[in-house]
Amino acid sequence: MALTGIEIYKLLPKTNCKKCGFPTCLAFAMKVAQKGIEITACPDLTEEARGALEAAARPPIRLVTVGSDEHKFEVGNEVVLFRHEKTFYHPPALMVRVKDNLAAEERDKLVSEVSRYSVERVGIVMSADGFAIDNDSRDAGKFAACVESVTSQVKSPLVLMATDPAAMEAALAKAAGRRPLIYAATRDNLDRMVELAKTYNCPLAVSEPAGLSELAELTERAAQAGVEDLVIDPGATGFSASLQVLTQLRRLAIKKMFQPLGYPIITFPGDGATSVEEEAMLAGQHIAKYAGIIVLNHFSPATLYPLLTLRLNIYTDPQKPIRVQPGIYQIGEPKDSSPLCVTTNFSLTYFSIAGELESSGFPSWLLVCDTEGLSVLTAWAAGKFDADRIAKSVKEYKANEKINHNSLILPGKVAVLRGELEEELPDWKIRVGPLEAMDVGSYLKTQWKP
Amino acid sequence: MAVEVPLEKWTGKIREVELGGNGRKSLVVGGAATLPFLHFEAAIPHRPAVAMEVQDIYPGGWSAHLEAAWGDALKDAGAWARKATEFGADLICLRLVSAHPESGNTGAAQAKATVDKVLSATDLPLIVLGPEVPEKDNEVLVAASEVAKGQRVALGPCLEKNHRTIAAACLADGHVAIAKTPIEINLAKQLNILLCDVGMPANSILMDPTTGALGYGLEYTYSVMERLRLAALMGDGMTAMPMICTVGEESWRQKESRAAQGVPASWGDIERRSLVWEELTALSLLHSGADIVVLRHPGVVERVKAAIDQLMA
Ligand code: B12
Ligand code: SF4
Repeated sequence: MALTGIEIYKLLPKTNCKKCGFPTCLAFAMKVAQKGIEITACPDLTEEARGALEAAARPPIRLVTVGSDEHKFEVGNEVVLFRHEKTFYHPPALMVRVKDNLAAEERDKLVSEVSRYSVERVGIVMSADGFAIDNDSRDAGKFAACVESVTSQVKSPLVLMATDPAAMEAALAKAAGRRPLIYAATRDNLDRMVELAKTYNCPLAVSEPAGLSELAELTERAAQAGVEDLVIDPGATGFSASLQVLTQLRRLAIKKMFQPLGYPIITFPGDGATSVEEEAMLAGQHIAKYAGIIVLNHFSPATLYPLLTLRLNIYTDPQKPIRVQPGIYQIGEPKDSSPLCVTTNFSLTYFSIAGELESSGFPSWLLVCDTEGLSVLTAWAAGKFDADRIAKSVKEYKANEKINHNSLILPGKVAVLRGELEEELPDWKIRVGPLEAMDVGSYLKTQWKP
Repeated sequence: MAVEVPLEKWTGKIREVELGGNGRKSLVVGGAATLPFLHFEAAIPHRPAVAMEVQDIYPGGWSAHLEAAWGDALKDAGAWARKATEFGADLICLRLVSAHPESGNTGAAQAKATVDKVLSATDLPLIVLGPEVPEKDNEVLVAASEVAKGQRVALGPCLEKNHRTIAAACLADGHVAIAKTPIEINLAKQLNILLCDVGMPANSILMDPTTGALGYGLEYTYSVMERLRLAALMGDGMTAMPMICTVGEESWRQKESRAAQGVPASWGDIERRSLVWEELTALSLLHSGADIVVLRHPGVVERVKAAIDQLMA
């Protein structure tokens, strides 16, 4: 948590010697608090003060990178308990578990399906973030072979799951340069896993189900031994325990700045679940409540797509709706005889109607009004999508120059605007489209003529 | 190293609201003295309840998967309510859809008959929702109120516009009002105050904060509910009413729950996707403070109830 000017002042020598270029220590402290100058500009700072300032600058939850080059993700560095207090910054990674005793064919198929999976929503392309390769066989050779095979197939970030340090080392040798997450150091193997993390320069997960005190002891040992890129697994399973423990961890990090547990958390919602759906619901809890890496036991598009959507929802800044640029858009390759529709600049609204127009078989013009990122009815209720604004947009973007007719199609939900709009745009024919974008294709098929 | 988990010293708690009773099964929601399911912090005396939606006319255009799960029960509110009871609903949410001017425009007489039928078809507590057209709501909810006198049903939506009428009916017949506001914390609080000003007891009000489905406004509903719950726990008694979310209705309206064809393969199997859509919407809102979720699919009810069982353990 950033220090205030006064807090910084208390750490300064308070001699007002002016060597920093400021008339007083207090003036200097204020400037540092505003991030206008580096604290190092004071030459007389004590070691102790420097330490305190560095500790304060450290994020309450460490930012940890898994993967390398452009094939990586970052988790951690969250600063609040509730998204409305600011926002959540680093969406949890969704990884798919690959067991090393799967038949080669099955494994290759799974890896290829997951790596090819992507889905687009409101103009954002979403996908799974990588693989957690599990030494289920307990055989080091098999594990290494599996890792080698997966790394030859894809470049995605990896979690390597084994408790035997020898197996881990064999696998790490096959994932050189990939910076996989080592899962996991336990009370029994901590020292050797820490050595591996150092040798291979990898982040390390620390797993300890016995309790938070015990977990904190292990992370302290790892940090003292020089591995600071840690991820923690408190071993809580099931809906109740995981919610409570993950909430406790987040509170300790944010409210107490409790460093030994200030790391991203890894979860396994499929362990103990009796169905894919139950796994998905628990993963949903982990998305909303504080996981950093979520390992799924199943790959199923019908659950992954809703989970990715939930992640997008929870990690959208509640103060800033995702929006598109107002203007006039071409959907397909419209001609001057093509339909002209109007909508708002809330991304979800725009992409809903644009997507349906795209697949309707009717290339179209889509006029997007600036409603400050609000949906059709919300904007209407807030007075930001009224006849006046629509008429202004029609003129501003010269909609009439694009078309050789004078029809403008309104969203069905604002049918009430028709009368007023006819007054504002006397030369135009105002039509009312269907309520839902999904029905715009059949509407155009049956009703459209210029 | 001793780790001390920070506990919040909440000064407020969620009000307890009772539904049913008087020969009918009774159900209490609310009462929590902490955020959802944080048993380590304070007592959570009642589990969130799962209501199943029943409509008074055959719902045209429902997903084939909902149709298959319910069969002919969809054609009769009584049969539908009985089946919902068998499926394990904690309470029934009857929607008087036919009263909507565009869906039949039926009036008081029809509403009375339907409510009567559903009351005798099940012994579960009941919620009755009008078509959300204030003039029609006044007509059919007042009628429903009379028929259900003494059975402590929940009547809604009670909007700012018609709160006096709905409150008067609730007061006369001993019911609970569902105060509905559009995803805004101050409006929610304001409507509770208005209802108390006209004499509604604070323990006879539920809040409907307006539900946005997964991918369709969930991010707003989720945070508004968290903020309402936090305000209540910090001692604001006018935000401490239990919350109800119409999850099924919102979720099944969306394209992801309806479109079997012409969608990307990455959306996955329609049946699983549509159920998971409803489940994840429900689950997220339960974690942000929902005390009652109104659901549509029996499979979803089963799984959400199982999740609640675990969350309350
Ligand atoms: C999320 C939400 C919000 C969010 C804003 C989200 C946003 N960025 O717009 C927040 C919480 C901020 C909000 C605020 C308000 N809201 Co609001 N909100 C909703 C909610 C839950 C979902 C809206 C949504 O995102 N829909 C999804 C988008 C994609 O839908 P859409 O834009 O309509 O697009 C669809 C169709 O219209 C069609 N379409 C789009 N363009 C076109 C074009 C053509 C040609 C065609 C044919 C079709 C078409 O395609 C889409 C898919 O089918 C709805 C209720 C609900 N459950 O639907 C209430 C709702 C829209 N809000 C409402 C209100 C009243 C408000 C407020 C005025 C409340 C207040 N007094 O503060 C404020 C106004 C905002 C402000 N002052 O800043 C009311 C509107 C009532 C009415 N009928 O007038 C609603 C209906 C809730 C209710 N039942 O009371 N809201
Ligand atoms: S150099 Fe350091 S001690 Fe001197 S005035 Fe600046 S802050 Fe104070």
